[in-house]
Amino acid sequence: MQGFQDMATIMGNLNALAGGLFIIAAVGIVATRQVGACLKFFIFQSIFLAASAFLLGARPFSTHLMAVGVINLVTKVMFLPWLLRHLLKEEVYARREITQVVSIPTSLIIALGLTIGAYFFSLPWLKAAAVTGAPRINVPVGLAGLLLGAYTLTNRREAVPQLLGLLAMENGAFFAGVAIAPDLPLIAELALAFDLLILIFVVGVLTRAVHERVGTTAVGALAKLREEGHK
Amino acid sequence: MILLVLITIPLAVAVLSSFSRQGRFGGTITFTGAVVVLGLTARTTLEIVFSRQHLLVAIPHWITLDALGAVILLLVAVVNLTAALFSLGYMDFKKTGGVRRYYVNFNLFVFSMLIVPLIQEPSLVWVAVELTTLFSVLLVGFENTHEALEAAWKYVVLTIMGAAIALLGFLVLYWAAKQVAAPYHTWQGLLAVAPKMSPVLLKASFVLILVGLGAKIGLVPLHTWLPDAHSQAPTPVCALLSGVETTAVLYVILRLLPIVSAATAIHAKTWILIFGLVSVGTAAFLLLGVRDYKRLFAFSTVEHMGIILVAVGLGGAAAHAAAMLQIVGHAVTKSFCFYAAGGVLLGMKTRDIASVRGLIRRAPLTGAALLLGGLAIAGAPPFALFLSEFSILKAGLNQGEYLATWLLVFFIAIAFFAIINHVSRMVFGPDENSNPMRPGSLPVSCRITLIIAAIPVIVLGLFIPGTLQKLIELAAAAMGG
Repeated sequence: MQGFQDMATIMGNLNALAGGLFIIAAVGIVATRQVGACLKFFIFQSIFLAASAFLLGARPFSTHLMAVGVINLVTKVMFLPWLLRHLLKEEVYARREITQVVSIPTSLIIALGLTIGAYFFSLPWLKAAAVTGAPRINVPVGLAGLLLGAYTLTNRREAVPQLLGLLAMENGAFFAGVAIAPDLPLIAELALAFDLLILIFVVGVLTRAVHERVGTTAVGALAKLREEGHK
Repeated sequence: MILLVLITIPLAVAVLSSFSRQGRFGGTITFTGAVVVLGLTARTTLEIVFSRQHLLVAIPHWITLDALGAVILLLVAVVNLTAALFSLGYMDFKKTGGVRRYYVNFNLFVFSMLIVPLIQEPSLVWVAVELTTLFSVLLVGFENTHEALEAAWKYVVLTIMGAAIALLGFLVLYWAAKQVAAPYHTWQGLLAVAPKMSPVLLKASFVLILVGLGAKIGLVPLHTWLPDAHSQAPTPVCALLSGVETTAVLYVILRLLPIVSAATAIHAKTWILIFGLVSVGTAAFLLLGVRDYKRLFAFSTVEHMGIILVAVGLGGAAAHAAAMLQIVGHAVTKSFCFYAAGGVLLGMKTRDIASVRGLIRRAPLTGAALLLGGLAIAGAPPFALFLSEFSILKAGLNQGEYLATWLLVFFIAIAFFAIINHVSRMVFGPDENSNPMRPGSLPVSCRITLIIAAIPVIVLGLFIPGTLQKLIELAAAAMGG
């Protein structure tokens, strides 16, 4: 019995570690200039998400969470980089973004604020649910991941980091999900993964079209369509 | 069973059209598929209205259809048919490449909209909603111009961002349901346990879903992508996007509403009312200064989504029935408006309102259609939207919500003036300093679409068939008190 509890504590601590690293990876996507490095941070983030699913699903053993972890690894760690490399030319990854909307040091402070905000924002939820254990880590971390992803979207101008921001937001929602909805029907998990693949494919194709047609992947600079109504 | 056949058809057509060598074939089978889908939908709708349970079950707890879902399904099927018909001539006329890709995406897009009202498991509904975005993005960017690609990019980024927020909302909803051990995680199952669920979690999930899906419905302030995407897409796609895609997503919020209304502390209806009023107001003022006639109709979609939300937020049987009628009226009228606008665009090759004058003399059919559409969408009598807007105002005053109702009247009046002003100048304005080019004659299928799509616009204003009236009442009842 003692051994079991020790094991549970260790698992819990490891899960907390995965959560911490998950946030660091999310901040990495916000603060890295080079597109290729951003992609690496996203892959790390997905690995930590899968790690959390594996840890939570280990004891008591849950086939379902294990499946979620595997689906994550396959789609985001293996398939996504392959598909993006396949669709987009090498030069897109080598690009360095100099003109982010907000400078990187300021971004880091905003990221810190968002993370702390996510913690306080999710406190009432945790209190209402009266939970112990995993959700106490996963819900605030997941919400922080969601907010950091949204911030990435507003701050980055390159197409690929924007896509990664979208995917990071979904990662955040999933990170909370592995703790609060561990027994979502498997069909839903599969549908979510399928959905993600289509998202990556569609945005990849669109990025390529923008690159070919407009000659840049700095989508933040696209501004032909303006709100005429404001004039 | 019939429901499963119904959703398989667009998938099958998508597969078939991906094999077709010539674009013509894809168009023909898409149209045929649309006819069959509408026929089956009409049958299921009749079955629902006249059966005792008002419910059709294909797979228990997974795929079922009730009256509220049937309204959405029917609207998707109707607009799908007219859009498929318009596509035939439009794609021939445009002579662009990628016709095969167009029809594959078109059918997948229709498939994703058809499954939204059928699925009962909320997390799978989220997947279906996300699919509606993903399958339509490449259609929005289809013209492959700088503007179209920009619109597609904005569309995908903002709506998927919203979807991610909504996903957390759906997961929190699942969390709340798990704590009270909901036997089935379906809309019905949730409704049964809703009073026992934690109000804090329920509120969190509701706000996340409202904000997240609000981006897709075009609620202010996340509406900025909508006029771009709804104006840059090919005309038949605009009709689908504006007419039914927004409605199909709005449906998810309507489903959620009775569940969250169970906890009065959430003030769900107040949230919806405020979101709605802000959207109507913003859209009304933006309509005044609009310069592109496709954007005119796109902003009018934001306005109408806002009006529907205000009606839903007012609550009560009368307002809910009016909201359903507004949904029906908007879908058929807005799709018709886009066909008319598409006709103008094919003839004049410009989207600029100021460059289009005297349409009624140059192209009588298109001009008349644009005038009819403009009047109907602005809410002039004797059209369906006049009836529904009038009922909403009446319901609002009966409930003593004077401030919200008078604000709504004010905004609707501004929008009415703006739309009529722009449309009447395009239709009747003097020809001077306008585009010298004579409008080319419209492809036959587009002409037929204009005539067919005009029928429900005119008929629904004069008389609402008994079956439809019954369906609307049943659907309004499904939205709770």
